[in-house]
Amino acid sequence: MIPLSWYLIFAALLFCIGIYGVLVRKNAIAILMGIELMLNAVNVNLIAFWRYRDPAGVAGQAFAIIVFAVAAAEVAVGLALIISIYRRRNSVVADDINLLKW
Amino acid sequence: MTVEQIIFLFVAAVTLIAGISVVTSRNLIHSALWLILTLSGIAVFYVLLNAGFFAVIQVVIYIGAIAILFIFAAMLTRRVMQDTGPQSNSNWWLGAVVALLFFAGITLILINWQGFATQAPMLTNTSGQLSQLGLALVSPDKYVLPFELASVLLVAGMIGAIFVAGDKKQ
Repeated sequence: MIPLSWYLIFAALLFCIGIYGVLVRKNAIAILMGIELMLNAVNVNLIAFWRYRDPAGVAGQAFAIIVFAVAAAEVAVGLALIISIYRRRNSVVADDINLLKW
Repeated sequence: MTVEQIIFLFVAAVTLIAGISVVTSRNLIHSALWLILTLSGIAVFYVLLNAGFFAVIQVVIYIGAIAILFIFAAMLTRRVMQDTGPQSNSNWWLGAVVALLFFAGITLILINWQGFATQAPMLTNTSGQLSQLGLALVSPDKYVLPFELASVLLVAGMIGAIFVAGDKKQ
């Protein structure tokens, strides 16, 4: 049988890959992909904790469904913003979008 | 080593390699395709965790909707970000250090937790699991409020996305 630790270490690794992508990539769409990786790692953790700690309850599953909905909304708004910025400024590089920078 | 463990290690290796390719790939379309492989690996994990419903949701929502949205966005903005030249900013080593430190911190906290190596308890009620979740999502003393909040958030996100991305000149 698979111990809980394997899932947790896997999710931690995936989360850190997502952090690396968010911090390092130049393209704003690639940054959103890193965020998706992080959200998926969180979901694996939630389902693993549900299965190993509280399989009779539904709290972990309900939480994971909320995370799914939030991820869908986040990516829709994020990509809409990127496409809108691309239309106006002809760029998707995050460094170029510095209108609010001081 | 049981069969489950071998499947886990194989899928974990494929998923992590695909994840690393998502954040390092030069071509954005390739990144999106690697993202699909990563999401499929996570669907396998849901099956291993006896959460078949979530594996289906993962395929339908993440692979079917979100990854396709990424591919659309990558194709719509293709001209500017040519696939040559560096795709990472100059501080990439700083990002790697931050990610490694974060991983070390998480691992340190987890190792000191006494429930770290627990085995999965037996599932008692596998058939009623899904209907129990469905009832919990709409029963007023459980999760109806977060559920409705999520639906309002989705509608708001949809309207916002249409408004932001829509062409105002037409």
